[in-house]
Amino acid sequence: MNLKPETLQRIDEVITHYPVKRSAVLPLLHLVQEEQGYISREAIEWIAAKLELQPINVYEVVTFYPMFRQHPVGRRHIKVCRTLSCALNGGYRTCEEFEKEFATQRGAISPDGEVTIEFVECLASCGSGPAVMIDDDLHEKVDCAKARALAAQIKAEAAARTK
Amino acid sequence: MPHPLERRVIFQHIDEPGYSPDLACYLRQGGYAVLRKSVQRPPAELIDEVKRSGLRGRGGAGFLCGLKWNLVDRKSGKPIYLIVNADESEPGTFKDRYIIHQDPHQLIEGIMISCYANNVKQAYIYIRGEFPHGARILETAIAEARAANFVGPNICGGAYSCEIYVHRGAGAYICGEETGLIESLEGKRPYPRIKPPFFPAVLGLYQCPTIVNNVETLCHVKHIADIGGGAYAGIGTPNNTGTRLIGVSGHVQRPGYFEFESGKITLGRLLHEVCGGPLPGRKFKAIIPGGSSSKILRCDERFKIKQKDGTVLDWGYEDIPLDFDSFAACGTMGGSGGVIVMDDRVNLVEALGNLNAFYAHESCGQCTPCREGSLWMKKITARMVHGEARVEDGELLKNVADQIAGRTVCPFGEACSWPTQSFVQKFGDEFKAYAETKRQPRPVDALTLV
Ligand SMILES: Cc1cc2nc3c(=O)[nH]c(=O)nc-3n(C[C@H](O)[C@H](O)[C@H](O)COP(=O)(O)O)c2cc1C
Ligand code: FES
Repeated sequence: MNLKPETLQRIDEVITHYPVKRSAVLPLLHLVQEEQGYISREAIEWIAAKLELQPINVYEVVTFYPMFRQHPVGRRHIKVCRTLSCALNGGYRTCEEFEKEFATQRGAISPDGEVTIEFVECLASCGSGPAVMIDDDLHEKVDCAKARALAAQIKAEAAARTK
Repeated sequence: MPHPLERRVIFQHIDEPGYSPDLACYLRQGGYAVLRKSVQRPPAELIDEVKRSGLRGRGGAGFLCGLKWNLVDRKSGKPIYLIVNADESEPGTFKDRYIIHQDPHQLIEGIMISCYANNVKQAYIYIRGEFPHGARILETAIAEARAANFVGPNICGGAYSCEIYVHRGAGAYICGEETGLIESLEGKRPYPRIKPPFFPAVLGLYQCPTIVNNVETLCHVKHIADIGGGAYAGIGTPNNTGTRLIGVSGHVQRPGYFEFESGKITLGRLLHEVCGGPLPGRKFKAIIPGGSSSKILRCDERFKIKQKDGTVLDWGYEDIPLDFDSFAACGTMGGSGGVIVMDDRVNLVEALGNLNAFYAHESCGQCTPCREGSLWMKKITARMVHGEARVEDGELLKNVADQIAGRTVCPFGEACSWPTQSFVQKFGDEFKAYAETKRQPRPVDALTLV
C-alpha cells in the first residue's frame, strides 16, 4: 500500500488514542479513504494487519457504515438530504435537478467523471433545508436555482482544469 | 438576533457578530473560569450540584443527569470513561451542530468539569461522520485547550489530568444509541448491546464504567457548575429545569434554532410568534414535536390532561408547554427538541413513507422484528405511493408496527414503530382513502416525499 508519509504519521498517532488498537478501525478507514478515494481490498488487508485484526473485522465495518465505499466516486461527491424536513422543502426536486445538470442518475459517476450524486439521510441541518453536502462542505436552502448555480460552479472548475 | 421570547444560555454566542471558535475569543468572554473554580472543589460537591439542578439529558430520553452519574460503578477499580454523544442524527434535530461549529470551547469546558466530577481520565467525543469540519474545529480547540492547560496533564496547574479525543462516525444513525455508539467506538459494527447486563454505567466502553451524555447536556453542566444547582433549578419549571434548545423545521415562515426556558412558552407561541405561523395561504396540519421518532400530533386534536388535583385541562396543540412532561402527557415526547411542522399540502401516507425509508435504511439488522418490520413498513408505504394502495393498508402497517416495539435489544424498535402507529391512529382516514386520492388528479402543489 502506498500512503503518503503524512497519512502514515497520522495513522500511527491516532492508534495511540485508544487503549485497544481495534478502536482505530474507523479513523484508519477515514484516513485511507480521504487519500485513496475509496476502500480497496488491499486497504482492508493493510488496516487489518496494522491493527492486528482479521480482514473480516475491517470488511464488516466497511460494508456496514454508509460513508465507506468500495468503489471510486466522481471528482466531487454531491450528497442530497432525502429525509422529511428537507423533502418538505423540495429535497427530491433538488436531487433531480443535480441529476439533470450532470446527465446522470443517483449512485453512478456522471459521464464526464465530475460528480457522483447520492441521496443521504438527515444531515442535521433540517431548519435550512434542502441540505446538500458537496464533499466536506454543507450548502443550505438548496432549491433548484441554487442547485443549478452549484452545478455551474463545478462545471466551471472542471473547464478551468482541462484548459 | 434572538427572539425576545428566548432565553439564551447555551446559545448565548451563537451567530454573534465577531464571536469565533478560537480560545482567545472564549477567554475574552471569561471562558474556563468555571473549570478553574471547579477543580478547586471536591468532585462529589459538583455531582451534588448537578443532582440539585434537576438537569435532564438532552439527547432524547430526558434521563436525569445526576442520577445517571450516581449509577456509575466507582468500586470496580477500572477506569471510568466519558463519551460525548455528538452523533446528532435524529431527523429534525439540529442544535448540537451550532455548539460544535461555533462554540467548541463551551463544550470542552463542560466535558472537563464533568470528567473532573466523575474522576474520568479519558473522554471521547463521538461525532457523526457528516460533520468533518466540526471534527476539525473540535480537534483544533482541544489542542488549544491542551496548550493552555485546560485539557491533558495537570489541569489548571493541579494534580488532575484528563485527555479528550475526537472519534468520527461514518453515517449510521444507530451510532447515536449509546450502546451502539460504544461498539462503534470499539471499532465494530454498531450493534446495540442488551441491557442488562451491559448498562454503560457498569459495563460500557471496553467493559469499563462509562457515562454517555449529549453535547447540550454537558454544556448545561458548565452553567450549573457556574451558578449552582439550586439557581439552575430556578430556571424553567419544576422537573423540567433549565433552558432547552429547540429546532423548528418544515412548513413555517421562519424555521430555525432557538433556546427557551423549559415549559415557559407553548408550542403555539413557538410556531406562531417565534416562527411566524404557516406559510401564506396555508394551514398547519400536523406536528412531530421531538425528532422524527416522536408520535405525531394533529393540529385539530384535543388533549385532555388530568391534573394532580383531579381537574382536567383541555389543550389544543397551541397550549402545550415546551417541556418533557407536557409532551409526555399528550402521548408523545419532547425528545431531542426537533419540531417538524407539516401544512395542508402534505399527505400523511407520503410523509410516513419518507420516514419509513429512513428507518428501514438505518435499522442495524440485529433483531428480526426491527430489521424485517422496518423494511416491510417501508415497502408497504412505498407500494401505496408508487403502486397500488389498498383500503386495509393502514391496518396492515399498524399490525407490523405493533409487533416490533418492545421486542428489540434497543429503543430503535420503538423509534421506528411510533411514527407508523401514530400516523395510522391519527390519520387513519387518509390511509383508507389513499387509493381514492391517487385516482384523483394530483394537486399542483403536492410535494414529493417518497
Ligand atoms: C436510535 C437512537 C438514536 C439516538 N441518537 C442520538 C443522537 O444522535 N444524539 C444523542 O445525543 N442521543 C441519541 N440517542 C440517545 C442516547 O442513546 C443516549 O440516551 C443519550 O446520548 C444520553 O445522553 P443524555 O442523557 O445527555 O441525553 C439515541 C437513542 C436511540 C435509541
Ligand atoms: S432532514 Fe435534511 S438535514 Fe435533517
